[in-house]
Amino acid sequence: MKYIILLFLTCLSLCLSQALLAQTASSDPPAEAALVPSEPPAPPSNVRVSDLANDDGHGIRVTWDLSPDDGAGRSSVISYDIYRTLNPNDPDSLWKKVGTVVLGVRTYADRGEREPGSGSYLPKHTNLYYRVYAVGAGVRSAVATAGPAQATDDWFNTMKVPELIFCLVFLVLTVRFINMAKKGIDLYVRPLAGIEAIDEAIGRATEMGKPILYVLGIGTAGDIATIASFTVLGRVARKVAEYQTSMIVPCCDPVVMTIAQETVKTGYADAGRPDAYKEDSVYYVTSQQFPFVAAVNGTILREKPATNIYLGYFAAESLLLAETGVLAGSIQIAGTDQVSQLPFFVVACDYTLLGEELYAASAYLGREPLLLGTLKAQDYLKAIVLVCMVALLALRMITGADVISKPFDAPWW
Amino acid sequence: MKQQIPLVLVFVFGVLLAIQYFVPSEPSQRFYEVALDGLTVIGIFAMVLGIWSQIHVGYNKIKRRAEDWQYSVVTLVSMFGMAFCGLSFMGGLNGPIFRQLYNNIFIPIQAAIFSLLAFYIASASYRAFRARSAVSTVLLVAALLLMLRVIPTGPLADPINQIGSWMLMVPNMAAKRAILIGVGLGSVATALKIVLGIERSYLGKD
Amino acid sequence: MTFHDKLLALDRRWVFLVLAIFVILPILPFVKFSVPVTPVKEVREIYDFIEGLKPGDYILLSLDYDPGSMAELHPVAYAMLEQCYAKKLKVITLTLSATGAQMVEEIVRDVADSCKIYHGFKPERGIDYVYLGYKPYPGIIILGMGMNFRIPFPQDYYGTTLDSIPMMRGIKNYDNVKAVINLSAGNVSDMWVADGNARYGVKLALAMTGVMAADYYPYYQSKQVFGIIGGMKGAAEYEKLCKNPGSATDAMKAQVFAHVVIIIFIIIGNLAYFLGRRKTAQTQESE
Repeated sequence: MKYIILLFLTCLSLCLSQALLAQTASSDPPAEAALVPSEPPAPPSNVRVSDLANDDGHGIRVTWDLSPDDGAGRSSVISYDIYRTLNPNDPDSLWKKVGTVVLGVRTYADRGEREPGSGSYLPKHTNLYYRVYAVGAGVRSAVATAGPAQATDDWFNTMKVPELIFCLVFLVLTVRFINMAKKGIDLYVRPLAGIEAIDEAIGRATEMGKPILYVLGIGTAGDIATIASFTVLGRVARKVAEYQTSMIVPCCDPVVMTIAQETVKTGYADAGRPDAYKEDSVYYVTSQQFPFVAAVNGTILREKPATNIYLGYFAAESLLLAETGVLAGSIQIAGTDQVSQLPFFVVACDYTLLGEELYAASAYLGREPLLLGTLKAQDYLKAIVLVCMVALLALRMITGADVISKPFDAPWW
Repeated sequence: MKQQIPLVLVFVFGVLLAIQYFVPSEPSQRFYEVALDGLTVIGIFAMVLGIWSQIHVGYNKIKRRAEDWQYSVVTLVSMFGMAFCGLSFMGGLNGPIFRQLYNNIFIPIQAAIFSLLAFYIASASYRAFRARSAVSTVLLVAALLLMLRVIPTGPLADPINQIGSWMLMVPNMAAKRAILIGVGLGSVATALKIVLGIERSYLGKD
Repeated sequence: MTFHDKLLALDRRWVFLVLAIFVILPILPFVKFSVPVTPVKEVREIYDFIEGLKPGDYILLSLDYDPGSMAELHPVAYAMLEQCYAKKLKVITLTLSATGAQMVEEIVRDVADSCKIYHGFKPERGIDYVYLGYKPYPGIIILGMGMNFRIPFPQDYYGTTLDSIPMMRGIKNYDNVKAVINLSAGNVSDMWVADGNARYGVKLALAMTGVMAADYYPYYQSKQVFGIIGGMKGAAEYEKLCKNPGSATDAMKAQVFAHVVIIIFIIIGNLAYFLGRRKTAQTQESE
């Protein structure tokens, strides 16, 4: 029976993935409205074309000087129409309209598709010619032509220099602190009450003969909070196995469930009690927020766990879970990087890990040089960010220049 | 080997995707598209495991007649019932039966669970907002002012609104940004730890 | 046990009961009063932005909430969609919530139908609006749409390929839409900020449940989002701006009463706490 169900589910998922990946054929370009020229505005001048920067090689930048009738002169310009072709000698009907911009705008980025079959395909490494018309009420100006220009690939996005510098600095700091930690230099991490309380809470569960409930939140396995929570889960599972008590791990995401099963299983194996691991103790409930809350709250009220641990990504369900835990008389330890949920946890739980304290949990628990090194690097980078922020703010106040957003808004060369 | 292959995969894809972020060229974009497709496919296959887990846990409870096994019957019947009613020969997702179940059972149940939040907030506020110390008094006053924003207070409405907006935009923002910067750096640090194989909790190892 | 001790140890079920009475009371049909609503800047900015768009401009509404949050987010969805239709904008709608697919389809259809009554024309599916439906894994979908809508959504909700839908011809990705408005009750807003805005530079506005709103003000101040509609209050403000009072405006009555009840409970709790503290101090002095 179970193989039939598995087969059915596999077929279902194959169909779904097929539907998701299906690419569609291109369509015909939309028809253009015919324009009847009369009393045309003056055309734009000095039209230039160049490869569009920081793109995948299918874009051209068109720039021009405004028509004398744009906001001045007869003020008859409403918009600009941009046309493209491969051959400058093509008749008007073969020029393809690629865009329209409103009056006052001097530039247009013609971003085309990559697929040759697509209606808006823009070929790479091919000479392209452009025309720009100033458009009035039912009329358009004489033509202004420019070209050729070729679209080419860019191999570095010059808008992303600050991010690159940031990553490199972080990498250097991390390597340095990891080396320091490996040499045995003591790297201090302040005590985290929430993590220290875990052992005590597991002990309480053992004495009471009741299970421990561990909730990883409603995030996916890609959320950093969930990943941090796996580390603590591994430690809790090992302790639970050592103390010979039981644990319940309801999951809101199937990938999270799979990882959580592995983590708990490894925890039991590390404690030398792989036989005590029950597969049904880590299970999937639903991916939906409130049905998940209903299921977990039901479990809390039925099983009355001695300890509830909520570590991971939480949204509106935080208080719903934590208040039910209070009702069941459980000791509660919570932690999330979702700032708006922290007050709810602080109010209803005995211990709360705030924001990045959750990320620090793995280093705090393991005390391994590698983890401590990255934690220290993180602290130093935070100090560097703070100093930069204060310095840039002071510079902006003194000079009045926009030194803060400019590095992020414009290409570096 | 079971540990090495995932570590190598994570390292290779982590580094490639990090490079891809800085490279806008066509091959880089195509690689990114393939990676996104792969993620979707993995997610859907994982869903199969999830559904299987749900069936397995429920079925075992019913078989063992475990405590409150009746809930598992309700869960499994609801799960298969909704899926069956959504099949195309039953009218699909827009069919009358699925719509009736969705509008008259699913929606009210979901809304009821969310509405519990109002009651829990009330009881938690009653317990927590006590002027025990200077700091908790500040918290109490801030909470009262923000709640008063919603209530029509006549001539006081404008100043209360202004104070409330100021609290949201200045002290609240300052604290949030501090935590956000920490969380942001922590995220980068964790991502780096995963790519470099320092953090292995996702493999079931801490 | 003294009176203040009883108050301090008050069973939470009394709080629940009183709150329930005061939430139900104002929404009874014979109770007639209205709550003045003053739109705040972050709500007005979204309204003004949509009002400033030209007929034929594209806008993407991502209605990423499930039925559980409909009380707070439905009013915004209805008011905003009607505003967009009335402005003759081309509206692309989708949902990234698994249980929201049918609900959003109903909204899209209902509002199109009501336009016929209130604005004298009915927006046509495929010409004035398109509903893409639901796809799982929101983060991946948001990233995919940044490349091309056709990657995650080769077809719309009704199975029509995007290229055969007139209003989707030539519409490739976020570059072709003026803005994305995300209505969310969970972590999808974070994904829109991180994946939509930070990676693709999408012009983004958010509407969300009341408990989430305070979390997103830093993004508003840093101009990563250009407006925020928070909870029932924000929804009522948006309805007022659209001159389209609906369920949020009505529900404000219950919201006001609920807040008054909570404030009174907090005051009672504090009075009991102070009385208890004074009594303890007096006992210690007499000893």
